[in-house]
Amino acid sequence: MIDMFLDRVRAVPEWALLVGLGLIALAAPFVVPSLATQLAMLWLMVVFAQTWDVLGGQLGYNSFGNVIFFGIGCYACAVVQRDSGLPYYDALALGLLFAAVLALVSALLFGAALLGIRGHYFAIATLGLGIAAGELAAGWDYIGAGSGLAMPLFPGALGSRELFFYYVMFAIAGACFFTLRWIYGTRFGLAMNAIRDDEDKAEAMGLHTTAIKTVAWAISALFLGLAGGVAGNMLGFIDPRDVAFSGATFGVWMVLMAILGGKGTLWGPVLGAVIFHITKEFFWTYLLGWQRVALGLLIVVIVLYFPQGIMGWARARQQARAGVAT
Amino acid sequence: MTDNLILLLQNPSFALDVVLNGLLAGAIFALAAYGMSLVWGVLNIVNIVQGELVVLGGYITFVTIGAGVPALVALPLSALVMFGVGFALYYTVIFRVIDKDLFISILATFGLSIVIQQLMNTVFGSDVRSIDTGLGSFYMLDGAVTVAWIKIVACALALVSGLALWTFLRYARLGQAIRATAQNPRAAHILGIDTSRVYAITYGLNGALCGAAGSLAVMAWTIHPYIGLPYTVRSFMIVVVAGLGNVGGVVAAGLSLGALENVAGFVFGAEYQIAFVFALMVLILVWRNWRAARRRTYLA
Repeated sequence: MIDMFLDRVRAVPEWALLVGLGLIALAAPFVVPSLATQLAMLWLMVVFAQTWDVLGGQLGYNSFGNVIFFGIGCYACAVVQRDSGLPYYDALALGLLFAAVLALVSALLFGAALLGIRGHYFAIATLGLGIAAGELAAGWDYIGAGSGLAMPLFPGALGSRELFFYYVMFAIAGACFFTLRWIYGTRFGLAMNAIRDDEDKAEAMGLHTTAIKTVAWAISALFLGLAGGVAGNMLGFIDPRDVAFSGATFGVWMVLMAILGGKGTLWGPVLGAVIFHITKEFFWTYLLGWQRVALGLLIVVIVLYFPQGIMGWARARQQARAGVAT
Repeated sequence: MTDNLILLLQNPSFALDVVLNGLLAGAIFALAAYGMSLVWGVLNIVNIVQGELVVLGGYITFVTIGAGVPALVALPLSALVMFGVGFALYYTVIFRVIDKDLFISILATFGLSIVIQQLMNTVFGSDVRSIDTGLGSFYMLDGAVTVAWIKIVACALALVSGLALWTFLRYARLGQAIRATAQNPRAAHILGIDTSRVYAITYGLNGALCGAAGSLAVMAWTIHPYIGLPYTVRSFMIVVVAGLGNVGGVVAAGLSLGALENVAGFVFGAEYQIAFVFALMVLILVWRNWRAARRRTYLA
């Protein structure tokens, strides 16, 4: 029964899946306009899971601090919009550009400093980085310190704001997906997997491992920065600890979604993000204050009993069909 | 910022006050760090839930003292309860992650830390809690240096616990079994040591150390549900600097961290103290890795 279902899923060509999902995504905010912001959050989650998986899944480097690039994007875009004095859309475009560049550059810097560190030292170093950034932002007056930043008002008609940001977020998620899909197929993608499988051997084969890791982190930072700039505008308000550098929500969710879907795969994080976001929105409201306890329990349960994720489970179930000799 | 630094440099007695209070706080960090060092060395797990165990120990003391138990009884009681908590955590979650890769153990203990943190927030509320032990303060240099007696007591108790732990690990049969398991679990198992029981006791012992640390923290300082992670990071940092299985190093590193943190908190402002702790950890790791890279190795 399950195998039949998996066979059928596998039989769908990827282009048909992409076109179908794309059409649904384009039409969705018109069919259910009240859910536009919710659906935009879904695309944000997809970006989170995919960008986490670049290091976590493809490179085997588990980062707990990727949310720092999201936060940098939030603030970079907001500061440009506040101080540039340009018309709304020009300022937004310039802000997004600045957000992407700043996130990319900071990833290159942090990567050069931290990506020589391996294993749990790296994981905990990134955890420290993310929280230190949130605490620093909460004390820096120029960006509003602990009281946060309010974003400029959207100039369009009522209801057009949600649609606009939905499509921008969708475009970022799509661009992220196709960029990663392309990268995973190149020599660079193979080099990333080689580092995950055996870093010493990869280095002995002449790969510049630290450079590859840093560039990979910068790519994921680029999309996180863009998503941060848009998300700040979409939410209308940036709080240093609860929105921008929110390690306890976004920072944990991105890890959880990627693992749930299956880390180290292209579709796994997308699938994980969709499933997690939908279940979260359906059940969270019924948990009445116990959401975060449930989140913690969910992490423990998934990590202990389901560490390979949905894609990993499907692959293990159909080893022969996936091309693994049994 | 520079004003504060100048103030500190021009008033030696005031500087002494800041450093001394920091040193005494450092003893509590060292106590939690012994536990982390033990779990890391024996179970090969970086225990992210460490700080939450400290805070939970603090809440247990807060509740028991609130119910009229004297402070001298509340401290061992908290350690005992936390030994049980650690034991229970081992048999529910930790034993499953021992032979898995490091990432699984980090994420699983991270998940546990969220669970405990949020449970504490639900049960005890998010207010900052503290207990006044009524021991008064100790004055030096015409009142320029003020140290609460409870902080001195806390520091002494932390050092005594450290010494007791060291003696236990070195001379007691069970302590020797723990060290044997840390060195080579397979060989220890063959020689008749029940390694899974040793793991459980080690984790319970870690819980007891955290419980004692938390108990001292609530008496000498303050606790709230979200202060756990800084304790975890401090313990991690102390163990990284001191090295595994080095009790003396843990004490030295813990005291220095406490002093450094208090001075930094004064110079940069108290709102940056947590940022300082986390940034310092990142810097220490980067520096250690840079040193290792010069020997053509890496931190892993």
